[in-house]
Amino acid sequence: MSTPAIEARGLTRRFGSYTAVDQLDLRIPRGCIYGFLGPNGSGKSTTIRLLTGLLTPNAGHINILGLELPRQAEALRHRIGYMTQKFSLYGDLTLDENLRFIARIYGLPRARARTRVETLLQRYGLTRHRRQLADTLSGGQRQRLALAAATLHEPELLFLDEPTSAVDPENRRDFWEKLFDLSDAGTTILVSTHYMDEAERCHYLAILEAGRKRADGTPQQLMEDMNANVVEVQGGGQRQLKTELLQLQGVRSVAQLGEQLRVLVDKRIDAPLDWLRANSSLGKDTHTLTLVRPSLEDVFVTCTNNADSAPPAAPVDS
Amino acid sequence: MAWLMRISAIMGKELRHLSRDRLTFGMVVMLPLLQLLLFGYAINNNVRDIPVGVVDLAQNSDSRALIAAVKATQVVNLSAAYAGIIDAERAITRGEVRAVLVLPADLAQRLHQPTRTQPAGQWLIDGSDNVIASALLSLRDMPLALRPGLPQVRAIPSFETVLYFNPERRTPVNIVPGLIAVILTMTMILFTATAIVRERERGNLELLITTPVSSLELMLGKIAPYILIGLLQMAIILGLGHVAFDVPINGSLLAIVGATLLFIAASLTLGLMISTSAKTQLQATQMTVFILLPSILLSGFMFPFEGMPAPAQWIAEVLPATHFVRMIRGVVLRDASLADMPLDTVFLCLFTGVGLVAATLKFRKSLD
Repeated sequence: MSTPAIEARGLTRRFGSYTAVDQLDLRIPRGCIYGFLGPNGSGKSTTIRLLTGLLTPNAGHINILGLELPRQAEALRHRIGYMTQKFSLYGDLTLDENLRFIARIYGLPRARARTRVETLLQRYGLTRHRRQLADTLSGGQRQRLALAAATLHEPELLFLDEPTSAVDPENRRDFWEKLFDLSDAGTTILVSTHYMDEAERCHYLAILEAGRKRADGTPQQLMEDMNANVVEVQGGGQRQLKTELLQLQGVRSVAQLGEQLRVLVDKRIDAPLDWLRANSSLGKDTHTLTLVRPSLEDVFVTCTNNADSAPPAAPVDS
Repeated sequence: MAWLMRISAIMGKELRHLSRDRLTFGMVVMLPLLQLLLFGYAINNNVRDIPVGVVDLAQNSDSRALIAAVKATQVVNLSAAYAGIIDAERAITRGEVRAVLVLPADLAQRLHQPTRTQPAGQWLIDGSDNVIASALLSLRDMPLALRPGLPQVRAIPSFETVLYFNPERRTPVNIVPGLIAVILTMTMILFTATAIVRERERGNLELLITTPVSSLELMLGKIAPYILIGLLQMAIILGLGHVAFDVPINGSLLAIVGATLLFIAASLTLGLMISTSAKTQLQATQMTVFILLPSILLSGFMFPFEGMPAPAQWIAEVLPATHFVRMIRGVVLRDASLADMPLDTVFLCLFTGVGLVAATLKFRKSLD
């Protein structure tokens, strides 16, 4: 695994005056599952389109599997697979017909195509539906069909653009099992998502916002390195309390989770529990404060300023 | 009054949609303009300057005077002279002229008899277009007062007339072959125009672009099936026209299929060009209408080409349908070969070649 699967430097793409991807540097090792985590409009899809050669960057260098983009884009086609955000196979063709069409587009020899289609239908539990029109499939089946089509030619590198956004949690878990199988077999996978549970499954993550990379690393590392402590506050009057806590300079964000408030306190404050009590109306008897382990969502919130409470003084660095 | 507010809310929204979709808004203005101009120019059954030839076997002052008199009617434009009948008939078959005036060697004798007992000459008329034929037939009884004092004879027409290809002057004979041009324009352009746009709209294109398929491969693969559909349509129209309306099929099958294939290719190319600039299927359909209208009105299908003013004829010459209407009528009715109509054949070939290159260049394999 000498060269990385994807290497990008200074990647920039503008649409008119709007910069969708801004000076992005990426280095994605082979064989891993790499996630792009970011809110809508953070440049996830545009980055994937740049890396697959669908869009031409305004600036920057891209090297995929040792090939330069966009110059060697055609040579790359056989080695990558791409699963679009929107279902992009043909709804008025059957599963069989769709897969055989893709096999012929990639120039698979007849016998090889037949065994691949069989294998994939089997692997993704679609054999029973093979004569069904793709339009009649459920959301989960459709995702599996799209994955089958994207991996038919056994690509070394697989791009998945929000693959499970239209799928229930059960199917999502199932889908990820298939991704781990592929990863285990040596496929490098780049997946974009805005689901925390999905992001947590990746080997590496990059958190994107407004076309820039805010943080990257393993999910574990990101949670450990987060520059805020998480305090759970239990007790009454959450709405008023939330407004009050947000006034404090050291509070990065406050989110209400049912009966609890989840408060992110800047790491530079040494004893967050005492500090909170000292600086607010939190009662000793009425409210319980607990320091808890950060979640990926906390990381996401601190990284993206996306909380409804970005304090002006708190600097964000990654 | 709540209902009035709801209706006006929907009205306001609808007008906003319209103003955002510039092409549809353009259609609102352009369609009446286009129709008015096309109909105003194209509908002209009072045909003038029909191209005709002459075979002057007399070659004397009488024949020259007679030719001058025919010219003076302004119905015809004497554009060619032929040595004999054979050459003249060939010229009609090739579509160079619509009729030939044959003046016999004994013209002087016929004209100067005290009472004329014979027509002065003969018109050989291409009867495949009724409007043209009617205009020419009106010359049959034109007065032959070449010199004052010569008696007019009402009983005997000035010219004998022979209608080729459609002696009974039946309308379907002219309409049916032309209909192939209209139907093919409609389906071929529309099918291809929407075919690629549909892939783009449904998101299929985003997947196809990341595969090894090249632009040209995609285009060729998409249009090839429609060639068969076009041939099928041609067979239906001609077959039914022959059986139900007794339209003669004088040309060879090879020439008919050849001409049709050329036109299908040109129409499919036109459809591809539309598909590379249209963003939605609705837009592609609207653009097709812009091509279809002049193809029906200006191509010579409904109104004779000769009846239109020069600017309308220039527009018509750019449309593949005009050339095909000429070709298919020539082949089906007059048994012309493609070699007899080299200009039309070459035009369709060039149109296809240039159009295919333009469409492929315009359709870049990316989403930029």
